[in-house]
Order: sequence, then C-alpha cells, then structure tokens
Amino acid sequence: MSLLQASDISVRHGSTAVLEGVNLDLTAGEIVTIVGPNGSGKSTLLRVLIGALKPNKGKVTRAKGLQIGYVPQKLHIDPTMPLTVRRFLNLPASVGDDAAQAALDTAGVTELGKRQMTDLSGGQFQRVMLARAILGKPDVLMLDEATQGLDQPGSASFYRQIEEVRRKMGCAVLMVSHELHVVMSASDRVICLNGHVCCEGTPEVVSAAPAYRELFGTGTGGALALYRHDHDHHHDHDHDHPQTHEAAE
Amino acid sequence: MLDDFLVRAALAGVGTALAAGALGCFVIWRRMAYFGDAMAHAAVLGVALSLAFSMSIFAGVIITALGMAVLFLVFTGKGQSADATLGVLAHGGLALGLVAIALVPGQNLSLDAYLFGDVLNVSRGDLAVIWGGSLIVGGVLWWNWSGLLTATLSPDLAYAAGIDPRRKELIITLLLALVVAVAIKVVGALLITALLIIPAATARRFGRTPELMAIAASTIGVLAALGGLQGALIFDTPVGPSMVVAATLMFAAAMLFRRPAA
Repeated sequence: MSLLQASDISVRHGSTAVLEGVNLDLTAGEIVTIVGPNGSGKSTLLRVLIGALKPNKGKVTRAKGLQIGYVPQKLHIDPTMPLTVRRFLNLPASVGDDAAQAALDTAGVTELGKRQMTDLSGGQFQRVMLARAILGKPDVLMLDEATQGLDQPGSASFYRQIEEVRRKMGCAVLMVSHELHVVMSASDRVICLNGHVCCEGTPEVVSAAPAYRELFGTGTGGALALYRHDHDHHHDHDHDHPQTHEAAE
Repeated sequence: MLDDFLVRAALAGVGTALAAGALGCFVIWRRMAYFGDAMAHAAVLGVALSLAFSMSIFAGVIITALGMAVLFLVFTGKGQSADATLGVLAHGGLALGLVAIALVPGQNLSLDAYLFGDVLNVSRGDLAVIWGGSLIVGGVLWWNWSGLLTATLSPDLAYAAGIDPRRKELIITLLLALVVAVAIKVVGALLITALLIIPAATARRFGRTPELMAIAASTIGVLAALGGLQGALIFDTPVGPSMVVAATLMFAAAMLFRRPAA
C-alpha cells in the first residue's frame, strides 16, 4: 500500500534548482534511506514531504489520514523556555503518562521524563525526539540526519533503535543520512539523490551502481567494506562488532 | 467601588499585567522583544490618528500596530534585515506620531499621558476595554496553547503535525497589537514592552514547564502593578514607571537569589 507519493517534485531557491523532477513512493512498513552529498536537496525533499515547503512543481499525495512522525535534523530550544522531557512529549497533543513512559522505553531513554530538554546530551535529545515522534502512532517515521553530532557507536545504536521501533510499530521509515555504511545495512531501499534521483534500489544494487560510485568516490572504500561485513553477518547473529566500527573510521 | 480612582487604577494595572505576563513568555521565547517595542512605539502614531479623526484611541492604536506588522513583513520580504527594519519602524513611527500630534488642530494636550501612561485617570469605559482585551488574550492563548507552543519550538515540527506555524505567528502578532492597545493607557507607549518582557524573564527562574512559567509571569506582573501603584502613592512618583521599577526590582531579586528552575 502506498503511504506517500511524490511525483515530479521541483524546488528552486532563486535561480538555483535544488530539486528537479524527483519521484518517490513510500510503501507501508519499509525502511527507505535517502543518501546524497551536501547540498543535494535531501533535507529540502523531506521538508516538501512533511508539507513545510511548497514545491515549485509537482505534487505530494498522502494516504488519507496519514500520520507523520518527524525527527528534525536539529532542534534548538531557546534557553528561556523551560521544558521537561515529559512536557515535550505532550506536544502537539497531550498524552497519558503510561503512553509517554512506553514511548520513552521504546526509544531507550526510560529514566529521562523529569529532566529539562536543555540538559540532555546529543544522543539523549535525539532519542527523546524519537519518543515524541512515535507517540502519534505514525504510519511513517521521517528522520533528517537524526544522528548528526553522535559518534559512531552512538549513531549505530540509534539506528538499531530505529529498526526496533519499526519492528514494534510496523511503521514505514524514511530517513536522510550521509552515514552510508550504517544506514545502508538497515535499509530495504536506498535512494541516491543529487538534485535528482541518481539511482535507487536495494543497498546491494545502489552500492554497485556507477552513479553512486561517482558521487561518493573512493572515500567510502572503508565504509563499503564495513557495509559488506555487516551485511554478511547480520542475518546470522545480531551482536555488535564495536572493534570493526572503530576500524572503519 | 469603581468610583474610587485608585480602585480603577489597580484594576487597570492588574488586567494589563495578567495578559502581558502570559503573552510576554511567547515574546521572549520567540525573541520578539524588539518587535513588541516597535509596535508600542508606532502606537504613538495611532494616538495621533485617533485624535485627528476623533475615533477611539484603542482602535487607532490597534490599526497602527497591525500596520506596523504588515510593513515589517513587506520590508523584510524585500531583503532588509529584521533588526534594521524594526529600528526604522520603531523610531520612524514614534517620530511621525510626535510630529502628527503637534499638527492636529485644536489639540493642546500633554503627550506624557500617552508616552508614560495615565493610569490614575482611567474611566469605567477604559476599564471595560482593558479587561475585555485581557480576557481575549487569555482565552486565545488558552485555546491555542499547544499549537502555539509547538510552532514556537519548531515550525517544521508544527508542519509535520498538521499545524500551520504562520497562522500561529499571526495569532501572536494580533495578540501583541491588542496588548499594546490595552496597555498604552496604563504604562504608556515607551514602557509597554517592559510589562511584556520583565515579568516573563523573571518567571523563567520559577517555572519548570512553559505553563508554570506563564502563570508565574502573570503573577509577577500583577504584583509589580500593585506594588508600583502603592510605591507611587508613597513616594509621589509617576505610576506607570513605578510599576516597571517594581517589576525590575523583582527581576533583580530573582537573578540574585534564585537559580534557573530545573
């Protein structure tokens, strides 16, 4: 079932074309990752999909009553605003204590309810944003470079959390990332974006595609190696390889 | 009871402070202090218009405050920085207002009442306007609270939740114009922003959620209004500025003796 369909999206900032004829179709329950270099229009595309930005051309069709859980790239909370984690979870709609606690548990931050948002570490903050996003029982979870500012083990564990959330809630996940290796191993489908869709398909297909290699060049050699490693072992057992993560850096 | 001018002054101060305290929280969360100031300064032009066309001061002030907001959007849309635009509008509006009042024929009035407030002369009609405006501000904030807060936190989060943050911004702007119109009789155009900012900034030390901070801000505003009135009677000082001094003293005490709520 198609949840969200974007057809022929074009966005211009002044005379610069940011997105040109982008098509995207999101099916229930799948994990799709958008990868692309800086300035390739990844965040712009996500903002079009949530309705924050009107495309100059093309249109976005949402399934009726589609609930979107959105985790932005970063959220600046003005220090003049006091905001506990529990209160933050009540935005935009008030939720019961049990539901709030369950969301914090699912996001892996059980103990943080009473803390001020401004006192959280980067990783805790992202997980609280994740908890808030899943409280609305979203059909699709959208994450924009959600692991920015986290170190490698931190972002790897964040992505494991995302898979866990998907498993529990059955929602589709659409994420934007530049951390190719970690993300690709967790995705059903990868879309490689650079103003337009360069290539798309399963992680295996995309990482072998000439367009993808051209965009990311040789700098990802190590990352691709790690990706293959992850892929080889992921289906058999589910434990960490912290030493390999470090080796890849 | 309303026959006593002191009772009317106290009620006017309390009504204004209640609305300004809560709305003031949004003003500082959204960093709109200078925007509020520009609106308040432009209100002097509104006073001039009201005198020239013999309409109510309240209506004249609301119209110029909203006109100022529209010009702000136009100028920033044409590439001026927000900061510079507000500087132009605040002082341009104030100067134009002062000149215009001098040009209104047959008026020989002292401007002090509009610049610094004249709360000891509020009529029953003024009181009705002040409390009516204040209740509207309170009611609108109450009904839109969650959406306003979400939009203030992040426009993108609001969009994703199906809330239009531009609408919420418009609501805040309208309420701000209303508070300026309500407060001009109480503290005057030059000190209105103080009633918005100082109680809210003081309240940041007391509330651990946005709601508690807003309640604290309104409470502090009311205490400042009543304390300022009392002080003005004792020391024979102007009432509006005395209220702002009272608020400032509370701010200073909170900064000295309280850590931020956590």
